Amino acid sequence: MTTAISLTDLDISYDGTRVVEGVTFDVAVGESFALVGESGSGKSTVLKAIAGLAPEWTGGMKVMGQERGHGPNKRLAHVCQMVFQDPYGSLHPRKTVDAVLTEPLVIHRIGDRDARVEEALRQVGLDRRFRFRYPHQLSGGQRQRVAIARALMLEPKIMLLDEPTSALDVSVQAEILNLLKRLRAEQGLTFLMVSHDLPVVGFMCDRIAVMTKGQIVEIAPADALHDGAFTNPYSRALYAASGGA
Amino acid sequence: MTEPLLSVENLCVSFPTNRGRINVVDGVSFDLGRERLGIVGESGSGKSMTGRAILRLIRPPGRVSADRLRFEGQDLLSLPERKMRNIRGARISMVMQDPRYSLNPVMTVGRQIAEALRTHERLGRAATRARVRDMLEAVQINDPDKVARMYPHEVSGGMGQRVMIAMMLIPRPQLLIADEPTSALDVSVQAQVLKLIDDLVRDHGMGLILISHDLELVARYCDRILVMNAGRVVERCAAGELDQATHPYTRGLLSAVPKMNETRAELPVLDRSQWEGT
Repeated sequence: MTTAISLTDLDISYDGTRVVEGVTFDVAVGESFALVGESGSGKSTVLKAIAGLAPEWTGGMKVMGQERGHGPNKRLAHVCQMVFQDPYGSLHPRKTVDAVLTEPLVIHRIGDRDARVEEALRQVGLDRRFRFRYPHQLSGGQRQRVAIARALMLEPKIMLLDEPTSALDVSVQAEILNLLKRLRAEQGLTFLMVSHDLPVVGFMCDRIAVMTKGQIVEIAPADALHDGAFTNPYSRALYAASGGA
Repeated sequence: MTEPLLSVENLCVSFPTNRGRINVVDGVSFDLGRERLGIVGESGSGKSMTGRAILRLIRPPGRVSADRLRFEGQDLLSLPERKMRNIRGARISMVMQDPRYSLNPVMTVGRQIAEALRTHERLGRAATRARVRDMLEAVQINDPDKVARMYPHEVSGGMGQRVMIAMMLIPRPQLLIADEPTSALDVSVQAQVLKLIDDLVRDHGMGLILISHDLELVARYCDRILVMNAGRVVERCAAGELDQATHPYTRGLLSAVPKMNETRAELPVLDRSQWEGT
């Protein structure tokens, strides 16, 4: 089986209001796949459903060949981890970097914690002196590195990235994008990334799905961003608005 | 040559820290006529503080000093607070980043815009309503009477930002400072809002200072660009000549942005070691 994530006819609702309709796509192992669209298009909701944060869904969802249930799933945490948009909001303000990174290991009863935390910090390019700092002592880019390190603690196969760089400055964004790309190559990760920034997606991803109003209107190779070879009128409009020729 | 609309020389803004006062804006100078000036920089570069200092919106313990800060022949630094209030909004106004935080949530859109007008002009009720209506039409809101009766939570982000622009432009200011006016908006709406600001600024012959972190966007909508880093202006150039920028920081910023037809395997990053002390 070489499919990392397989969604078939997925509908997702919040409190009975359907926000995502009939989403179907497969992401191969090792692939980097992007969901793009404007705010409210439902792109983040798809990620949340896979991560188990939006349990009100119907349809088919397989992660690494396994049918995904609706409830929280501890085993899934080893396979699939999420990085959120806002590094200022996604780290506990009263926990040190060390505590944040150790927590998944404690929950999953994994030993050798000291060495694993050191290794994770090294992987994301953070110096050891950051280990016992609090989030407010870190810059935005450093916080996002911690969030990525936390996602890597359980050695997942799939990373769900929800706008991982949109809260960061462009020069910091370049560092984080390079980091993610390097990690993917080193560890053979599969990326499912949500973004509204088409050039970022072009840099990071192999294929893109354009979403609007809760539906996927087009799935195209990332090369389409080079020449604007989109067939759907909405995708073309989005491409033009993003400064594509 | 006639005096420029706004003239800034050696502007400094400082804040106290536990290592003494630090200049977050450090000797910025520029002249602005009836043109569009872009100020670009990353967070912490002092670009927003520059905009706020012009309107004297820096509160203690922040401190502003300048060799010159003149607007339409008046010295803004020595002006008493009451006179300053006549300038804010009426002569110089400012569009902020996020309409969700900048509009009053318990007042209808129409009343907020009318309030901006009434603060600076004495007009009858009917005349006020007509001006609000015209202004809402000018910012391309289709059903101005209906929108005027709505509350901020009932309008979308793009419409909220248009309402903000309407509110800022209704007293007919000479200078508009737009601080990241579109970074909270979707790309497709971004273009519309910037086009709108651009049209209005041209039609009224106003001056515009567009503050943004987005080099390319500023290059598209401005005549001249200042690039700021760590409180200083590191580069000034005409918008069309941005690709010939010489300062390493500007070049670094330009190349760190992924392009639409990206083929680089890795993005070049800025060398931060020089200013990252801790």
